[in-house]
Parts: sequence; C-alpha cells; structure tokens
Amino acid sequence: MSDVPFVFPNDVHTPWSIMIVLYPYITGLVAGAFVVSALYHVFHQEVLKPVARLALVTALCFCAFATLPLLLHLHHPERAFNIMITPSATSAMAGFGAIYNFYLLLLIVEVWLEFRPEIVSRAGTHTGIAGLVYRVLALGDREISDRARRIDSRIIHALAVIGIPAAVVLHGYVGFLFGAVKANPWWSTALMPVVFLASAIVSGIGVLIILYLFLSWKRGVKPDTDCVRAMSRYLWISLMIAVTLEMLELVHMAYEAGEEWHVIKTLLTTRLAVSYGVVQVLIGSVVPFFLLLIATRPRLNPRVMSFLSALSGVLILVQVFAMRWNVVVGGQLFSKSFRGFVEYPLHIGGREGLIAAAVVLMLPCVALAVAGRLLPLLSDDHEDNSDGPVNDRVVAPSLTDQHFTSTARPFG
Amino acid sequence: MPLAGNDMLFDLGVVQNDSSCGKSAEGGCQGSCACGSETAVDQAGIDPVSAITSRRGFLRQAGTISFGALTLTLLTGLKPEDKDPDAAAAAENDGAVDGVASAEAEDTPLFGFLVDTSRCIGSGKCLTACRTENDVPEGFSRTWVERFIHFKDGTVQVDRVPETGYADSGLAPIDEDNVDRAYFVPKLCNHCEDAPCNQVCPVHAAFTSPEGVELVDADRCIGCAYCVQACPYGARFINPDSGVADKCTWCYHRIMHDELPACVEACPANARIFGRLDDPHSEISKRLASVPTSVLKPHLGTHPKLHYLGNSQEVI
Repeated sequence: MSDVPFVFPNDVHTPWSIMIVLYPYITGLVAGAFVVSALYHVFHQEVLKPVARLALVTALCFCAFATLPLLLHLHHPERAFNIMITPSATSAMAGFGAIYNFYLLLLIVEVWLEFRPEIVSRAGTHTGIAGLVYRVLALGDREISDRARRIDSRIIHALAVIGIPAAVVLHGYVGFLFGAVKANPWWSTALMPVVFLASAIVSGIGVLIILYLFLSWKRGVKPDTDCVRAMSRYLWISLMIAVTLEMLELVHMAYEAGEEWHVIKTLLTTRLAVSYGVVQVLIGSVVPFFLLLIATRPRLNPRVMSFLSALSGVLILVQVFAMRWNVVVGGQLFSKSFRGFVEYPLHIGGREGLIAAAVVLMLPCVALAVAGRLLPLLSDDHEDNSDGPVNDRVVAPSLTDQHFTSTARPFG
Repeated sequence: MPLAGNDMLFDLGVVQNDSSCGKSAEGGCQGSCACGSETAVDQAGIDPVSAITSRRGFLRQAGTISFGALTLTLLTGLKPEDKDPDAAAAAENDGAVDGVASAEAEDTPLFGFLVDTSRCIGSGKCLTACRTENDVPEGFSRTWVERFIHFKDGTVQVDRVPETGYADSGLAPIDEDNVDRAYFVPKLCNHCEDAPCNQVCPVHAAFTSPEGVELVDADRCIGCAYCVQACPYGARFINPDSGVADKCTWCYHRIMHDELPACVEACPANARIFGRLDDPHSEISKRLASVPTSVLKPHLGTHPKLHYLGNSQEVI
C-alpha cells in the first residue's frame, strides 16, 4: 500500500451532508419512541403508562419531519416522488416511499384513536378556532361509547403490534442502506441494520426521559418515580446492547484486519478520534452506563435519580448523534483509493448547513409543543382535565386493564 | 422490449382505443378509423358505449385500468432501457445523441475498453480532451491518470497527472536514482456488468444501454448521490451545474456515430483501446484473447468492461 496520501479526484467531495446524518437520527427517535409506547400497549408494561401517549405523539411528530432533511439534501427535490412512482426493485433506497408512508399512516391512525375521547369531548365543549380544530380532528365521528372505545382499543393494540415490525423495518432499512454499500468498508457490514436499530431504541428512550421530566417540571407535577426508573433501566439495557454491537463490529473488523483495515484504523485514530473515541464511546457510552447504574438503584433519592436519568438521556442523544455522524460522515472521509483522507466542510448557512440542520431538529419539537397544547400528552393530564366529560379517557386504560391484567414491572 | 404496462392497457382495451380514435362517448366509433375497437370489445367482452355512459361501469373500468396501470408501473418501474434506445441515448448528454442507437437488435454492438498501462506516457491529452468534449466542470473528473512511483526503499507514491502538464503542477521533482519503477494508470468509469450504481439507484436513472454502456438519465435523476457512494472506483460525481449524477459515458454520443471516445482519439501513445467486444476481429477482442489482463477490485464482483493490461497489484 501507498505511503503517500492519494485521493481519487471525485472523492474530494463528500456528497452526503449533515442532513443525511439527521435522517437516521430522526427515524431512530421515531422507532425508539414507538418501541416505548409498544412496551405499554403490547407488552403491558404498566409502569410506562405515564409516557405511553407522549411516546406515541413524539414518534408521530418526528416522523412527520423525517423527510425534510432528505428533501433538503436532494439536488432535485422536485423529482422526489420519482422514488415512489418509478421505484427500482433492486434499490434499497427505493423502499423508502412504501415503508415511510405506511409507518406515518399507522402512527396517525394510532394517535387519532388514542386521543379520540379528548378530541370528541373538546369538540363539544370548545368554541371558536379551538372548537373548529377539535371538530375537524374528530373527522365527524363523535361516537365514544364504551363499545366504540373497546373497538378503538383493539385497533390501537393491533396497530401497536403491527407497528413494532414496521418500526424495525423503518429503521433497519436505513441501516441496510449503509450496510449494503460494498464499496465502503466502513459501512459494509451485515451488522449495520442491527446497530442502527439498537441505537434507535436507545435514542427513543433517551428523548422520552428528557421530555417526560421536562414536561413534568414545566407543569409543576412530580414525575412518576417508578416510570423514570423503569425507563432508565430500559435505557441502560438498550445502551449495553447497542454499544456491544457497535464494538463487536469494530473488533471484528480489527481482528479480521482485511486489506482496508489500515484505512479504518487511521480514520478512527485521526479524523474520528474525538467524535468516535471521546464523544461516542467515552462521553456517550461509558459515562451514561455508570450514571444509569446509579440512577436505577432502588432507594436513590427521586430528585437525584431524575437528574442522573436526564443527564444520561442528554448524553445518550449526543452519543447516538455522534454514532450517526461517524457512520455517515466518517464513511466519506477516506477515499476509495484507500490511500488518502478528505475533509467534510460543515457550512453554517445554506440548505445543508448547520442552521438548517438545527431548524430541522427544532421543527418536531415545535410540533410536539403544539400537540401538547391541543391534547393531553401525559397520563395525569387527562385526569386533571376539566374539559367536559373526561371520564371517557378512563375507558381505554380500564379496557386495557381488563384485557391484559399484567401489572409487570420489569425491574421491580 | 415493449412496456408491459402498455400491453396490459391495450388488452383491457376499450378506453384506450376510444381515445386514440377520438370517437365520442355517445356516438361510438363509426368505423372510419383503425382503432380496432370492435376487436377490443370482443376480446374484453365489454360494450364500450355502456361502459362509458353508465357511471358505475365507467368507474369500474377506470378503476380497473388505473389500478392495473399503477401496479404494472410500480412493478416494472418504467425502466429507461425499456424505452426506445433513441430516447435512452437522447437522455444522455442533454440529448446530444439521436437516432443512431436504433440499430437492429442483432447489430447492437457490445463495447469494451482496454488500458495498456505500459504504453501510457502521462501526456494528459486524454484529460483535456474529455473535459472539453463533455464540458466536465472544474474540480470533477470523468477520467484521470494516476502516476505510481515505486521507490527503492519500498514506499509507493501515487499522484495524478496534471491536466496542464508537469511544468507548473507543483509536484515535487523525483530523484530517479531512488526509483525502482514508475508507470501511469488511466482511470475512468469501469462500465460494470453488475454495476453497483445501477443496483442502488432508486429511480432507474442509472442504467445500462443496450451496448453495455453505463449511462445516467439526467431527466430522471433526483441527485441523491447514492450511486456516487456505491461506485467502488470513485468514477461518479454530482455535477454542480445540473445537479444530477455525472460520469464517463465512453462518449456515447460519439461512439454511436462510429467515432472513438475523445480520450481514445486524443491519446498519442495508443494506451487507450476501445472497441467491440462482440467482434472477434476487433483489436480489443484480439488483445483480450491473447494476453493476460485484469480488472480493478475484482473481489467486489462488479465485472467491469474496463480491462487493464500490465497493471500492478498496487493499482486499485
């Protein structure tokens, strides 16, 4: 191999920008948040009930904006629908249209059914623009009898069951996009979809811990200690799985030491030394591992537990972003000549710049804030709700309880 | 290859034949045209007039045809290679080619490319010829020439032959006494038989012409750059002017007029050999049959149609 750097002339350019980092980051949050809601709806983890609705709406809000970074990245966004109109059967990317639309539709229907009692009751009690919004959201169906809610509950359960493999496909497919590029040894591994999935779950739980604690603090409500502890434990376990897979991939690559290993090794020790070694592994994985270990101790002061969990959640979100960055950008930092490295120019402005990326990440949060104004995202909201016949909301959980009597709390 | 969706539409028949002859829904076809609606009616067993005038019948027909067309469109994906070869050719290079590719199937050539690294002198003529011929933007390359220098201490230096010549290239002078051997390696798109770019393109914009040339349908490409990532040879790029994938086309607009690619024509040392692989008497066929050649990154299974004569193992 060459001792003097050499880069293929077209490899100087890094065609995939921070927007392609954001896309798997956002879909990961979607998949992860949905898994939390499914733990309650399908696997009957009652301890997660306080965040079940929040998880579902969070998934929807992020899913609604998942295509935005892609559209900002495409050089011909006006042709974006080609991917759905004339998809190529051999392209992994061509599956995007079907997978994304199916999942978005599923989320919309499930969220609508979940919040139908509140929507219907408020459509009857609110006037003006708010009333109009609720009447539109009710879609003309004001039926919230016990029988209707029982049917809703069954559909929600079915959608949650279907949603789990759909979430796996939605995000596993993103990992496959990278894992199937045989031209790039940093990407080309069958583990990639699984690594993406595991880190998606990690990020989903992380963002929900932060959102739940933030919303509780903002409303002056004491967060459910058992719920936070359970989420922290789920996060701890998911983190271990995700990091193990990430390390397994790396160790396997290093142990095999194929002809491209020298470039990967140099990549990790130079260009990605900070974003991989320091941010992804040390700050994003090792530190939260110990923080969560402490946070999940049974007799820990709830305020300390909340603080440690929230801090871990933030670090985890940084870790997952770093992981996406290291995959997407890292994979473009070496030339296919395997003899030289290039730089990724992160611009501040422009369509694929830092500001645009920040806006893309903010928009789902804005949507979530709007959703929070319209609908009770936390389980205690509807109990405090004084908007008309709110006992309707009690129907769904009670039905759920009737059908699924499990009160399992996975970690005591 | 005819479009399967069109076949099905004509089998379903009624509405298409009606519209093609322009008859009215009330009057039906008066028999003065060649639309063949009677035959279509017989085959489909549906009265076209009642099908049109009855709302339910019309909706049923429209729904059936729409569903069938949509399904077939999604299944077949309207591949550019299914289109008239003229259209495929016109899609490339902003429509510079027209008409030539409509040769009879049996006369369709299969092209290949051979690089004789022992002959390349690093003149750079091919580089300027390509850039001029194809209006390649600065900072991007459809072809380039690598210079390999093996020093006596075992190190290998690789750099690029400058398009403007070595005089003002800024490359450090080489002490010949320290050099074991040195050679030039022209690079370009490998026009793979199993092209990863074709495989990953989500919209069929990357496709193989009937002559075995990898092309880009500039009107279809969405500019996602997945093909750029998938190409193991670094041969593709997103053209900053057009916003679509760009690459060497073996000067498709020239070769379909029995001309040589610009780089081949410009090479003063005959290091680039282009010709028909399906003609046993062509120079490339004779060379490939008589001497050992190699391809780049063979372990990836892309099966390039760009072959190298005298390549060292350091070349990837």
